[in-house]
Amino acid sequence: MKRAVPLTITALGGFVLIVAYFIPAAQGWGEIAAIWFDILAAVAFVLGGGNLLKIHLKKVSDRKGGWGYSGITLAAFLITLVVGLAKVGVNPNPHFPEVALSGGYREIGSPFWWLYEYAFKPLTATMFAMLAFYIASAAFRAFRAKNVEAILLLGTAFIILLGRTFAGVYLTAWLPDSLSGLKIENLTIHIMSVLNTAGNRAIMIGIALGIASTSLRVLLGIDRSYLGTGKQ
Amino acid sequence: MFEFLKNLDKRWIFLLMFLAVAIPVYVVGKTGKAFPEVPTMLSESTFQAVEELHEGDPVLLSFDFDPASEGELGPMATAFVKHCAEKKLKIFFMALWPVGPQMIDDVVRKVIDADFPHLVYGEDYVNLGYKPGYEGVIKVVITDLRELYTTDDKGTNIDEIPMMADIHSVQDFELVINVSAGYPGTKEWVLYAVTPFPDKVKLVAGCTGVQAPLLYPYIPEQLPGLLGAIKGAAEYEKLVIDKYGGEHPDPKYLEAKRRMGPQLVAHLLIILLIILANIIFVVEKRRERR
Repeated sequence: MKRAVPLTITALGGFVLIVAYFIPAAQGWGEIAAIWFDILAAVAFVLGGGNLLKIHLKKVSDRKGGWGYSGITLAAFLITLVVGLAKVGVNPNPHFPEVALSGGYREIGSPFWWLYEYAFKPLTATMFAMLAFYIASAAFRAFRAKNVEAILLLGTAFIILLGRTFAGVYLTAWLPDSLSGLKIENLTIHIMSVLNTAGNRAIMIGIALGIASTSLRVLLGIDRSYLGTGKQ
Repeated sequence: MFEFLKNLDKRWIFLLMFLAVAIPVYVVGKTGKAFPEVPTMLSESTFQAVEELHEGDPVLLSFDFDPASEGELGPMATAFVKHCAEKKLKIFFMALWPVGPQMIDDVVRKVIDADFPHLVYGEDYVNLGYKPGYEGVIKVVITDLRELYTTDDKGTNIDEIPMMADIHSVQDFELVINVSAGYPGTKEWVLYAVTPFPDKVKLVAGCTGVQAPLLYPYIPEQLPGLLGAIKGAAEYEKLVIDKYGGEHPDPKYLEAKRRMGPQLVAHLLIILLIILANIIFVVEKRRERR
């Protein structure tokens, strides 16, 4: 029963969507399935929050390595959740002044807005910005012209790196119009729109075929790995 | 010296990268000067897709990014909204990312509230907000927008919003503009909105640098216009400002062009580091042979 129900739901959902795609009269079925999916996706946020609590509470209670970070994660999660859900410090909507929770949770100056503006925003932006430092360090340590393939990759990387800045235009501006195809900015476009596109299309077709066969295995109940081992 | 470079501490590289970004930021901020941009065909076609619309045409802007990629995508989002506002289009905002509404708030404050205060919420622009469900949201709104969006972001009933009167699905928009930082984003809009309804839905997009190569296979049939990273944004900014910026455009509309300065120096630094590392590699190889 524990496996039969999810298998049936998966097969039903999948086949309904396939039928709805190919038979116009059944299009409504697909729409209903898509709406159910959206409802489930919203519920998944609650499950995700519960899972986060479970994992980090266990880490803290077991005093596992790095449990202090789990404590900070829990504190940040709970403070943001309470402040956002309770709309702390938010003024009621002018149309419904008597309803305390009628205001917008993103109201400027509210504690939730403060958390977003002065904690979430700079932290996530910093994490992303740090990539520049790691890319530079990795490029210095790992990018070696060891063989022909590596030399080709290196040459392409140089052209793209230069072509995405004014340096590309400046360095090859002296080339006559008859050789404009060799200008770095034009080489960049050629690499992206011809070589990259050809390679990517081939990969995408391969992935699509793989997805189709895997999906069919899942829908027919042959592949049940997504249900887990049952030992958790 | 050779030994120092061979065992170069990564903190030196971090310092160099910091200077490579900080100095141009300071210089560009101080002088206000930026490198000239020559728009490529993709930026031109993105610009033309908006330019071809007529006053009052509905356009959907899906802001599927977050503060992590705001540095890369914020300027193009600003340019898109300015362009739409200048063209007097009906602007509908939505988001597939949880913090997308905050991105929408930022742009509305920066562009509409500041420079187009005459635009009325609900009549000229509306924020439909965020819905969970990733590509599932696209699959629903492409045929029935009201099934998911019963209210706008502020909780106002959709039926009470004047500009929603003729909008029943995404197919009713003249153009969909997607600013995307990943999943769900432009690829999902192509797969679940444009592909099933190629004659009804027209999509242009702006995306991060890492996403752009993956989206090229959809150009030009499913994706006629694409702005790749800050470079694409700078090119689009130029086109918008050349036509609508006036003699002294507000610096907030030139943000991408300004950011091309730090990008140039950072790219040159990476190239120099790779060359240096390879010189060390070759010298070492020769020494080993001896």
